[in-house]
Amino acid sequence: MNTQGAKIRDTHGGSWLYSDIVKDHFFNPRNILKHGEEEQYEADGIGRVGSPACGDEMVLWLKIDSKTERITDCRWQTFGCGSAIASTSMLSVMLTENGGMTLTNALKIKPQDIMERLGGLPARKIHCSVLGDKALRAAVNDWFRKTGQHQRIITEGSKVVDSLLNITDHDIEEAVLEGAKTLEDVQQKLKVGIASPDAIPEIEQLIRFYSEKYYGV
Amino acid sequence: MNFPAKPQQKKNIYLDYAATTPTDSRVVEVMIPFFTEKFANPSALYAASREVNGFLNDARRSVASILHTLPDTIFFTSGGTESDNLAILGTARAHAKSGKHIITSEIEHHAVLHACHELEKEGFDVTYLKPDSQGFISPKKVTAALKPDTILVTIMLANNEIGTVEPIAEIGKEILKWRKSNATMHPFFHTDACQAGGVLDLDIEKLHVDLLTLNGGKIYGPKGVGILFKRRNVSVKPLLVGGGQETRVRAGTENMPAIVGFAKALELVQENRQDENMRLIDLRNYFWSQLEKNIPRIRLNGADLAGNEMSRLPNNLNISILDIEGEALLLYLDEYGIMCSTGSACTSESLDPSHVLLSIGLPYEYAHGSLRFTLGKRTTKDDIDYVITYLPSIVEKLREISPVNLQVNPQVNTHPKYHQR
Repeated sequence: MNTQGAKIRDTHGGSWLYSDIVKDHFFNPRNILKHGEEEQYEADGIGRVGSPACGDEMVLWLKIDSKTERITDCRWQTFGCGSAIASTSMLSVMLTENGGMTLTNALKIKPQDIMERLGGLPARKIHCSVLGDKALRAAVNDWFRKTGQHQRIITEGSKVVDSLLNITDHDIEEAVLEGAKTLEDVQQKLKVGIASPDAIPEIEQLIRFYSEKYYGV
Repeated sequence: MNFPAKPQQKKNIYLDYAATTPTDSRVVEVMIPFFTEKFANPSALYAASREVNGFLNDARRSVASILHTLPDTIFFTSGGTESDNLAILGTARAHAKSGKHIITSEIEHHAVLHACHELEKEGFDVTYLKPDSQGFISPKKVTAALKPDTILVTIMLANNEIGTVEPIAEIGKEILKWRKSNATMHPFFHTDACQAGGVLDLDIEKLHVDLLTLNGGKIYGPKGVGILFKRRNVSVKPLLVGGGQETRVRAGTENMPAIVGFAKALELVQENRQDENMRLIDLRNYFWSQLEKNIPRIRLNGADLAGNEMSRLPNNLNISILDIEGEALLLYLDEYGIMCSTGSACTSESLDPSHVLLSIGLPYEYAHGSLRFTLGKRTTKDDIDYVITYLPSIVEKLREISPVNLQVNPQVNTHPKYHQR
């Protein structure tokens, strides 16, 4: 049993060290919505993110108590690797344990919270745990929309950092999740800031921010 | 869903022979004396060294006779990667004055592709040929890409992922014709034969190649050793400099245990290759027929099994299972002791799925759900039956938690749009 609280299990990215918790959730996924039961489930909010072409797709169904705003039930389906499946399973547990999480708290869940509960993930698998919070946000937005609370819908606040290439802070976030550590790494992936050198200080700041957010460094 | 109980005794079913092979015990046997008794450096002058040097020459002669060439065209290296690098970087750098154009294919091993990328940084121009939907590189496409400044063509003999056997002899003939009609010694022709060492005839006169790569770890020999066949008229700029070993083409004290092991391994696999090929073709075709029967919505990737038997490596099976992801499948199979590989992005360093599957025109979602089984000497029908017992229900279980529901399109990569490139 892995007792280390390590968030990142393997900085070289070469190994298959999955924690026992990840394996347990992978082989015994919790809260799956079975095929054919989607219609009668009567979800209050549904979120679908990703696509099979990207390698990950996830659907999250939520039941929400409109008075307490607690998530009373959460079901899911995921197309993806072991980490993606285990992360969704763990997210569904976190959302529904102890009488269900309030929406306010649920929306605070960050990928590294899921990762921590899983006992860590190999470095190159971190990007697999980020789809969960996106699916959750989409499902909550769906509920906001259905209940007419349009002012509460959370919009993905993309900010363009390189207007020549139309690259946003989300693109930088993705690059960092895919392993980019320095400005050079990010530029190799995105060519960002090469034609717009004015943007470089902000890009560097974003790289630092996301590195800290996901890797704690 | 009835998920079959795990076997009481977990079997270990190794179906990843294209990754590497176990070393034949007869090979290990010939290697052992070179660790403890015959340990002398073959370059020294005393009797013990001369004896070891004699064994080095024997190994070289043995490899040369299998390739139908002379011993001085065989160079021992540290493996397939080094041989490919030496053939490409070495030849290009030594012949840059004659031209800076190189032709290769999109589906080469990364040892070839990354060497080509290095050369691009050095100012070389590289043409990457696209295969057809089954992975074949057409000799016509090669000749159409030839230019007066083409100094090297490098195309693999057999593909490691989908097992397609390339028409190297035909391409070689076309290159000979081109050289003759243009009265030039260029381009040289290299083939990476790592996957074919135990399967195909390696006669370099029949293949019409100038350079050929082999390695030990794929032919039941030791890892960390390989050869580069290089005709005398091809000069290469060495990658490693130091002592004058391997006639100054590759410095470093000869890895004697590995070298004698390599020579023995090549001799053994070549001796037995025809019988083993037939056995593996039967086994592989049985495997596919069972998979097709028991798993809905799957697809065979690569050359057609009904076609010419030797147009696909006998041991290779590459399939796409729709709606599920390859890494998840590997994890499940590992629980049952089944070892194979996938072209899914999640197992690669780059987060992109297999460049080979994408190059033959498969959409990403087919590549993400791909599995490669490669059979070998120890594979039995029982092993295949064991996989067939568990794989269908693993697929069913993973499909049960997947929100995706695609339909197989048999024409998925034969659309005219795909052939325009």
